[in-house]
Amino acid sequence: MLTYSNYSEKISQLKNKKLSLQENVQYFLNQIKTKEHLNAFNFVFDDAIEQANTISKKIEDGTAGKLAGMVVAIKDVLAIKDKPLTCSSKILKDFVSIYNATAVKKLIDEDAIIIGKTNCDEFAMGSSNENSAFGAVLNPVDEERVPGGSSGGSAAVVAAGLCDVSLGTDTGGSIRQPAALCGIYGLKPTYGRVSRYGLTAFASSFDSIGPFSNNVEDAALVMEVIAGYDKNDSTSVNKGIPGYLENIALDKKLKIGVPKEFFAEGLDPEIKESIETQIEKLKSDGFEIVNIDLPHTQYSIATYYILTTAEASSNLARYDGARYGTRKENPKDLIDMYTSSRSENFGDEVKRRIMLGTYVLSAGYYDAYYKKAQKVRRLFKNDFDKAFELVDIILTPTVPATAFKLAEKMNDPLAMYLGDIYTTSANLAGIPGINIPVGKNSSGLPIGMQLMSAQFNEETLFQMSYYIQKKLL
Amino acid sequence: MNSKYEAVIGLEVHAQLLTNTKIFCGCSTKFGNNPNSNVCPVCLGHPGVLPVLNKKVVEFSILFGLATDCVINEKNVFARKNYFYPDLPKGYQISQFELPIVEHGHLDITLKDGTVKRLGITRAHMEEDAGKSIHSQGDETLVDVNRCGVPLLEIVSEPDMRSAEEAYLYLTKLKQIVQYLGICDGNMEEGSLRCDANVSIRPVGQEKLGTRAEIKNLNSFNNVAKSIEFEIERQIELVEDGGEVVQETLLWNADKNETYSMRGKEDSHDYRYFPDPDLIPIHISEEWKNEIAETMPELPKARFERFVNDFKLPEYDAGVLTATKNLADYYEEVLKETDDYKSASNWVMGDVSKILNEEKIDVSKFPISPVNIGKLIALINNNTISSKIAKDVFPEMMKEDKDPAVIVKEKNLVQITDTSAIDDAVTKVVDANPGQVAQFLEGKEKVIGFLVGQVMKETKGKANPQMVNDALKNKMNEMK
Ligand SMILES: [Zn+2]
Repeated sequence: MLTYSNYSEKISQLKNKKLSLQENVQYFLNQIKTKEHLNAFNFVFDDAIEQANTISKKIEDGTAGKLAGMVVAIKDVLAIKDKPLTCSSKILKDFVSIYNATAVKKLIDEDAIIIGKTNCDEFAMGSSNENSAFGAVLNPVDEERVPGGSSGGSAAVVAAGLCDVSLGTDTGGSIRQPAALCGIYGLKPTYGRVSRYGLTAFASSFDSIGPFSNNVEDAALVMEVIAGYDKNDSTSVNKGIPGYLENIALDKKLKIGVPKEFFAEGLDPEIKESIETQIEKLKSDGFEIVNIDLPHTQYSIATYYILTTAEASSNLARYDGARYGTRKENPKDLIDMYTSSRSENFGDEVKRRIMLGTYVLSAGYYDAYYKKAQKVRRLFKNDFDKAFELVDIILTPTVPATAFKLAEKMNDPLAMYLGDIYTTSANLAGIPGINIPVGKNSSGLPIGMQLMSAQFNEETLFQMSYYIQKKLL
Repeated sequence: MNSKYEAVIGLEVHAQLLTNTKIFCGCSTKFGNNPNSNVCPVCLGHPGVLPVLNKKVVEFSILFGLATDCVINEKNVFARKNYFYPDLPKGYQISQFELPIVEHGHLDITLKDGTVKRLGITRAHMEEDAGKSIHSQGDETLVDVNRCGVPLLEIVSEPDMRSAEEAYLYLTKLKQIVQYLGICDGNMEEGSLRCDANVSIRPVGQEKLGTRAEIKNLNSFNNVAKSIEFEIERQIELVEDGGEVVQETLLWNADKNETYSMRGKEDSHDYRYFPDPDLIPIHISEEWKNEIAETMPELPKARFERFVNDFKLPEYDAGVLTATKNLADYYEEVLKETDDYKSASNWVMGDVSKILNEEKIDVSKFPISPVNIGKLIALINNNTISSKIAKDVFPEMMKEDKDPAVIVKEKNLVQITDTSAIDDAVTKVVDANPGQVAQFLEGKEKVIGFLVGQVMKETKGKANPQMVNDALKNKMNEMK
């Protein structure tokens, strides 16, 4: 059992030797073995114990970094030097990265311990973690159900207590949705807040890297470390990073917006009731609740899938078997090398999205799909800009339904896509969003509540989430 | 060319920009390194990498735009050109599509008859080069990614040219401009300047353009001219025979002197251009533009005029000397040691250029430094050596780039200006050639040439010829 409930407690126990880092890491490695059937890790790093040795010395010497001894799992779409980078795809099954993603490097520089790489949907495409060459991940809360996706492995390892925190990526909900389905915290930061360098691109103008955790404080601390401008990513933004953890206490009553479009038909009644209970509690605590409009919400899924598949079709062109990755043996000719390598080694969902994206970018269709979707994307931004003139925070359910059974939606991609209805808006608008586990339904499945704020206002999200964690739950 | 038709030609030129590092990563652009040694995760297209724009590429492109009177677009967007090829690591090339950095410019060429023709530049845009596929023996193809990500400026002309000669002159002018700007070395043979030509024909007087064929990958000025000439004739013959020109991509066979069809799927390519989400749009402010304008070097036209006005050179000389920046630079270096502008011009256009042409090398690779050519001219002008001796010193300098004064001293070539030494030789020659002397005295003054030659022989060519001439005349006139 763990003797601490957040990292601040852990580091003080490590410092006054109530806790041994080596034992702590060994505990996690044992747990990982016990929970191997969850299939949440693609790779576990045996050198974690060695890392623990080095870092515990640093803690003793007083030279350790900000995350000393924090045990972190990394989604297998992020590059770690000299470690496999498979994106849960057959096409990269033997690929080893030769460099570090900026976010990973920042964790390592602050003496976090990287314990392994987590399973995910292939190239982060999916909402159930069933599209993986390594097989499906089981939800630790109910092992007959999916953990959500695409960062299903990263959510499951934190929910199952196999590490302290993890990093995932969120293109249309891939952090918030699995966090909701597994009952933990998961933050998708503002687009450009965390460098994407080293994040295997799915949809470049949507992808964000963020933390999963069992408490708000740890997510805040990890964000403090991984956020910031990076000269290797032109789309990262040079803006100061507040002390998220230091400023985590909320010192004023915020205005909270509730968009009716997020409570319409299709929302599970139990989730609706649970969220409404939270709203009532906030109201009685003196928060002002405002009904707001996000009128373009109904177009979010269509817009999202046109733009992300377009970008994906181009981003995934490099996996052609020519220079690295899996190549068809003895191809007839160049075309056969390309088509066979790609057809045999990409999964169905990836192929579906590459085809969709290729189609919407094709001559004659570009204006009707891609260009139009770009225009609609601007409308989303406008909607949110207007909303944040009125309110500090927008509060919604994270997903319309709790975790579904394995294989339940595998043959109905459209139903799967519709599950992203509440999360894609934040990616379209480039704003941050967080999942807060607010309770369980009658079958014991976690219910997630989403908070969103204006761009680069993660600070308010952490404050509000912390308030809810401390006062309401 | 059949006078019923007129040719319409447009050129697309890829100029490799002379930056130290690649356009989207920090790798070296150095030519000739070991295959796949100038590489990093970014230009190898590894998962997760992102491009970061090299600002120098933007500045070079703006410089080109300013030099060719282009409009510099305030907002610049990079686009992805998607296609599969083994030497294209990302499966797309980062280029510009809808918003190129500069457009609507022009340059002037001077035709043989002296008339000046203005040719339009449609646009020029920044992009990255692909790698190189080397098709080795057997069915293996090797890929060298060193060139991948080397910055290119693709310069697209208007279809304003009407003959191979005009295309040749346009290309020459373009090369001259990029060299003067210092943004491209202009070496077609090494591939730092590459040219595709669009060629069509139409009946004289017709507005509508004919169907065009594109000749790709032309690698020398001569091949550009020859292939266009061939293609015009081919199209005319085809149409005259009742055929029709088809839109296709052609290659030039320099051995057979003919174009041939690639017959690939090149023409039906759908590149699915879209704005690259990894690169933010670049905004070029007036301020930045002005900063770059201030670094604008002297352009060929201004230099030509300066050579005519300041150095009083004939226009012909000024034209030849300013044809390339390197030659003009060489000439001006010569002038550091002498202010005899015309002699300097004669040496550079004569003895120096003769060797450059014979050896087919650029003046930057010429073994004699311009300073030493200047010193040689100075030695002639201060009568240390004769022009004739200078012609003997020059080959010595070719062997070793030494101060000519040192060579003259070592080889004992200093001109004899001592009258008594000359008088001695003259007396000897007059005594030895009574017949010629008699002829001279009879009025056949031409014979003096022979006698001067004899004295020069006697003095091993070191006597000052003018002094010999004078001394001979004096001596013989005394005998009258
Ligand atoms: Zn590179």
